[in-house]
Amino acid sequence: MSTRETDEPTGKETTGHEWDGIKELDTPLPAWWLYTFYACIALSMVFFVLWPSWPIPTADGWTYTKGIVGYSQRQRVEQLTAEARADLEQEMEAMRDLSLAEIRTDKALMPIALKAGEAAFGDNCAGCHGSGAQGFEGFPNLNDDAWIWGGSLEAIHQTIENGIRWDDNPDTRYNVMPSFLSDGILTREQVGQVVQYVRRISDQEHDAAKAEQGAAIYDQQCGFCHGAQGKGMTDLGAPNLTDAIWLYGGDVASLTETVSYSRYGVMPAWEDRLDPLTIKQLAVYVHALGGGEPVATADAGSATTPATDDGGSASGETRGGL
Amino acid sequence: MATSAPDTVADGKAHGLQALSETVAADTEALADDRAEAVNAKHNRPLYESPPKIHPKQAKGRFRRIKWIVLFVTLGIYYLAPWVRWPRGEGIPDQAILVDFSDRKFYFFFIEIWPQEFYYITGLLILAALGLFLVTSVFGRVWCGYTCPQTVWTDLFVQIERWIEGDRNKRIRLDQARWTLAKLAKRTAKHGLWLLVAVSTGGAWVFYFNDAPQLLGDLFAGTAPTPAYVSMGVLTATTYLLGGHAREQVCTYMCPWPRIQGAMFDENTLLVSYRWDRGEPRGRHKKGDSWEGRGDCIDCNQCVAVCPVGIDIRDGAQMECIQCALCIDACNDVMAKVGRPPNLIAYETINAPERRAQGDYSGIRLLRPRTLLYSALIAVVAGIMVAGLSTRATTDVNVLRDRNPVFVRLADGGIRNGYELKVLNKLHQDRTFEISVAGLPGVRLFNPVTREEGTVALTVPADSVGSVKLYVSLPKGHVTDGTLEDGSAAVDFVIRHDATDTRVVETMPFRGPN
Ligand code: SF4
Ligand code: SF4
Repeated sequence: MSTRETDEPTGKETTGHEWDGIKELDTPLPAWWLYTFYACIALSMVFFVLWPSWPIPTADGWTYTKGIVGYSQRQRVEQLTAEARADLEQEMEAMRDLSLAEIRTDKALMPIALKAGEAAFGDNCAGCHGSGAQGFEGFPNLNDDAWIWGGSLEAIHQTIENGIRWDDNPDTRYNVMPSFLSDGILTREQVGQVVQYVRRISDQEHDAAKAEQGAAIYDQQCGFCHGAQGKGMTDLGAPNLTDAIWLYGGDVASLTETVSYSRYGVMPAWEDRLDPLTIKQLAVYVHALGGGEPVATADAGSATTPATDDGGSASGETRGGL
Repeated sequence: MATSAPDTVADGKAHGLQALSETVAADTEALADDRAEAVNAKHNRPLYESPPKIHPKQAKGRFRRIKWIVLFVTLGIYYLAPWVRWPRGEGIPDQAILVDFSDRKFYFFFIEIWPQEFYYITGLLILAALGLFLVTSVFGRVWCGYTCPQTVWTDLFVQIERWIEGDRNKRIRLDQARWTLAKLAKRTAKHGLWLLVAVSTGGAWVFYFNDAPQLLGDLFAGTAPTPAYVSMGVLTATTYLLGGHAREQVCTYMCPWPRIQGAMFDENTLLVSYRWDRGEPRGRHKKGDSWEGRGDCIDCNQCVAVCPVGIDIRDGAQMECIQCALCIDACNDVMAKVGRPPNLIAYETINAPERRAQGDYSGIRLLRPRTLLYSALIAVVAGIMVAGLSTRATTDVNVLRDRNPVFVRLADGGIRNGYELKVLNKLHQDRTFEISVAGLPGVRLFNPVTREEGTVALTVPADSVGSVKLYVSLPKGHVTDGTLEDGSAAVDFVIRHDATDTRVVETMPFRGPN
């Protein structure tokens, strides 16, 4: 098959290969190309010697030739991260001694605190509250302006630090709503009436007659915590029942379930797991997600709507702020 | 060897040339000894040996002079441009042409380009390419012959070689001579000077990327940034290798342009051409011999001796020819000596001999479909660029809408969307922009950090980007009244700075429940 021969028109040798009658001239590679090629080979040897290059299997896993320069990308990353940490240390140190309100108004530190808070949120909180803090049923949306336990910087900070219904923490936020049906406080019918009343004060479709009956039951059983007008009480962790935000749903079925058997959501106390600075940054971050309540002095001018009847309402104040 | 017809000859001419090269073959061999050989012509080019060195002879004449002028001007621009100052104000580089990587800006006299405006550079490159197409279709490879850096630097390197080692014949003899101290001295001097040119070439390059006066000091002090030294090293090596050693090999083998431009030639393109209808039959000529019955070419091969790429223009248009026109100078010299009219080799269109034979040769035709097309394209691109540059905004606004969550329902039943605003202040002064929203009924703007409402102030330092997180909310009444169509509406961000007459409106989607 392979016979080298001289190509008549050009006088050059062929490679001896033939495809469908087509023969190829044995034209050499240009010298500059060859030299570049050799140079690359030579250079690859240098790389081999200097840098990590060759995997080696051993009895307990893989290792590799380390290269005489001793370069390692992992070490480099560690070194760079350490350097970046050291660079940040000063700001972090400064933040440690500042109050939450002071961090919030510090133009230089606030962006750093927000970034750090965002990172800590992603690592620790996103599992329940969602990566965008949008929440799920039973896990509050932190973007909105309804706060069960208060939306001021301090209130948020305290919630993160001590958790909610977290038994191991003596300062944890704690309350229990009675299970009105299973505890035998209300009959099934009465529960239905209260539910209709709650739908009425939250401006939803309702059965007017039942709601009227429910009003009396509400005053007796619920008003103490949720407020006479249903605006809630953050000190007690009693949600506002008149707003558009429902942790477990505002439809008749969900409300009936809540009133009948109560709910018992739990959040860990983070002071056992996170350092105080991280908790501060988290508080600042969550507060800046959009629903945070004004800080007393600095933001006094922004709170335009006066506090409502029970004085503890979160939504009443911030509504003006939006 | 020279009997096969060169296969790059343009169609119209091929037939005549084939006949002619056969008739002169015998003469050529007889006279071969002391005459320059077209070693790089395709049919002579050795495939299995390293290419023989080409020793171009010094040419004298009009085109050589033009080439010197172009060389001085282009090298002058290259070396001096980074030193031109252009005051722009406090804290901003005053270098007229500067590619500032650390601040990601490109300065060109009064023009200042930010990374997101890189399309200006793209436009510039498109313009350059179209210009090259136009010039090539009219005048052939003038780029290659006069202004290509490879040509300019090779010219410079050959000239240095000539100063030290003498002209063509002396150089050939020196090449063949045994190694003596004198030869060693000459070679050392030559390579030394070449390296000097190479280093200063690389040196000049880095000035385009740093403040030149400052960098010059740093370079000598050894405190310049590493990339500067690396770039210098790479450019020194390439200049020395490509200008001193590779020379015509770059044009023949490495550069794609000689191959591409074949597509831009037509029979009306001006090319350096040998007027074979006047020159043939060629042959040696003694003083007093009659010119009757023979052509004007005396087969002295001076055109070959001066050729920097080592070809014979009399073989017709060839891919190797860089159109430097030095063979025109050489032959005009010869024609003057033997008393014949000049321009046996001249700039001529490919169809000229044919048209001359028909008696209607009347110069070149500039208006041809391809020149008109290239000109029109250039006008369009240039128009777009001028319009773009003259209306270049000094403020740019980019808005990103939060997608996680897409929207937030508020306690009062309203809907809130989050946005990240980036405002680019391209003026050399700090500005405090006023940001507000419009376009939706009852819409409210809120900054969660400063707690500003309605109108938010954002201070952006000179020449930088400022960003702010903003919330826009729509009251409950408008969530369900049809303001949101399929859960979506548009909201306008208005960014204003009255003192500089700036008002930018950026329209963004606003989402709510379906
Ligand atoms: S220089 Fe002119 S006369 Fe001499 S060989 Fe070339 S074309 Fe002929
Ligand atoms: S043939 Fe003439 S124009 Fe072409 S490269 Fe040689 S000297 Fe220059």
